[in-house]
Amino acid sequence: MSAPEANARGALGTRWMEVVVALLIAVGGGIVIADSVRVGFTWGPDGPRAGYFPFYIGCLLVGAGFYVALQTLLHWRKLADRTFVTRAELIPVFLMLLPTIAFVILVGWLGIYVASFLYIGGFMLWQGKYRILPTVAISVGIPVVLFLVFELWFLVPLPKGPLERLIGY
Amino acid sequence: MEDIGNLMQGFAVALTWHNLLFMLVGILLGVLIGVLPGLGGANGVAILLPLTFSMSPTSAIIMLSCIYWGALFGGAITSILFNIPGEPWSVATTFDGYPMAQQGRAGEAMTAAFTSSFVGALFAVIMITFLAPLIAKFALRFGPPEFFAVQLLTFCSFVGMGREPPVKTIASMMIGFALAAVGLDTVTGQLRMTFGTTALLQGFDFLIAVIGLFGLGEILLTMEEGLSFKGKGGKINPKIVLQTWAKLPQYWATSVRAVLIGCWMGVTPGGATPASFMSYGMAKRFSKQGAKFGEGQLEGVVAPETAAHAAGTSALLPMLTLGIPGSPTAAVLLGGLLIWGLQPGPLLFVEKKEFVWGLIASMYLGNIAGLIIVLTTVPWWAAILRIPFAIIAPIIVVICAIGAYTVHNNMFDVYMMVVFGVVGYLFKKLKYPLAPLVLALVLGDMAESSFRQAMLLSGGSLKVFWSNGLVGSIVTLALVILVWPLVSRLIGALRTKGPSAPAPA
Repeated sequence: MSAPEANARGALGTRWMEVVVALLIAVGGGIVIADSVRVGFTWGPDGPRAGYFPFYIGCLLVGAGFYVALQTLLHWRKLADRTFVTRAELIPVFLMLLPTIAFVILVGWLGIYVASFLYIGGFMLWQGKYRILPTVAISVGIPVVLFLVFELWFLVPLPKGPLERLIGY
Repeated sequence: MEDIGNLMQGFAVALTWHNLLFMLVGILLGVLIGVLPGLGGANGVAILLPLTFSMSPTSAIIMLSCIYWGALFGGAITSILFNIPGEPWSVATTFDGYPMAQQGRAGEAMTAAFTSSFVGALFAVIMITFLAPLIAKFALRFGPPEFFAVQLLTFCSFVGMGREPPVKTIASMMIGFALAAVGLDTVTGQLRMTFGTTALLQGFDFLIAVIGLFGLGEILLTMEEGLSFKGKGGKINPKIVLQTWAKLPQYWATSVRAVLIGCWMGVTPGGATPASFMSYGMAKRFSKQGAKFGEGQLEGVVAPETAAHAAGTSALLPMLTLGIPGSPTAAVLLGGLLIWGLQPGPLLFVEKKEFVWGLIASMYLGNIAGLIIVLTTVPWWAAILRIPFAIIAPIIVVICAIGAYTVHNNMFDVYMMVVFGVVGYLFKKLKYPLAPLVLALVLGDMAESSFRQAMLLSGGSLKVFWSNGLVGSIVTLALVILVWPLVSRLIGALRTKGPSAPAPA
């Protein structure tokens, strides 16, 4: 990161995140207001219209968002030393988040059992530095247990993919 | 004493072998959930909810509420042995619990924690037993303005009594309301905020939000802290238990205070977490050993645990009688009731007597069973915590994904869960409270429809909220609580600014 966002230690200041999130909240409030105006937020012939209640919710969201952003900007200097997250902390978060995103995408494609096998196995090999044998035992064992519990015992269907179709589920 | 008779009948319902088994399973699952990071009372119950769809409502709610008790107990184990609060409400337990474990007094600390949890919950259940029928009877006379007033009170107490900045509480709550409004408006039949997509037609289910915010969000936070579990050994034997029990009665005053704080915070939705902190703070101030708090005082474990359980249990009182949950977990239980076709509220006490009293009876039994189970199985749970995070984290995420999927058999919900997970991570870090968001998402539709009905009654005039003594006083109380942070800050500012008053001699 170039300019003021990161200080020397590669840390992201809380004040930046604070303002960004607050503005996002305000934008969200704006969307709520816009939609409430679209469906009508006034008093209709048979009572309050659909946007009557959400309109005020949107107003409060915009207000709260701007208030937090303004407060942060007013105390900008004072908040300089607070870090939201350092680079060293952020790496493990992404090492968790990115495989998780990949996992849920895989679930839609391969079904939950195969995706879980890949996800748990990959995680153990890559981050836990486990050897093949324990990795395979756990990453195969867990989906099998899940299959028995959900599909057979509680009769709750979970997302399935090509492999399950192959063995007739 | 009609209620006592009802309660006895409830015991008869809860004491069947079938239901006792569910109770046992529930407690064990609950402790497991409480011990594992990322799984807590609220999202644990949310994930397991679909499994109970095929059971009878009474058995299902008994099992789910036992999961809740188990989670409350389980949080204490990780706090004391590992200095990692498994649940937010056991943060205060780490202050004295972990130092005790470091001194080799883990058994003592855990016995004290479990026993005080039990005491707190027991008093809260007794309160529910006697107050619930009265409140339900009283609430039968409630109309839409009264219901909206009680809901307003719920939300205002979050703003006024929460530990987080009030504006952030409001922001988080309004996000919940806005998400609740997405989808079909049941009154006018219009689509709101779907932007032409079919995925949003159903709206946002709060179960998904709970699983994402509390489950995945927590896992991401845990990753960031990069913690490795290095726990103290948790030896516990009957001798330690009896010795500790002999010591506990001397802290009766702390316990009474903790029970009162807990019940109050649970009924008004302050929740278990602030209750435990408040109780710890009070105990520290009033105790003779106050200065030694934080170095391993037994009293410092008793105070937060009693209050947390009293609050966690009494949160079910408004849920059952008014249909307004006092905590996120109570909200999930409420969601379960709705799925089984039971509308919580005053009518439940009239129409589904045996269900209500079976549940209340199971609270007594579940807590006794919970105490015995956790005291006997502690070493086993401690062993589970030694499983490395690289194994346990992906398994928990898989379980969360399954939980999110099974709510509606919908993949979109699983994607939303990840989004909520990221939001939960950001909000936790920026001190936006998550509980108001969840409660607003649950109560959004109810609050909106009672507000609109009240407006219809009055033809759009807000005067309806002061139309009689009852609704007027609730609304006024709500507004007072809402502005309380401002008032107290004002008083504080006046005190420091004003001329220094002569110190009392």
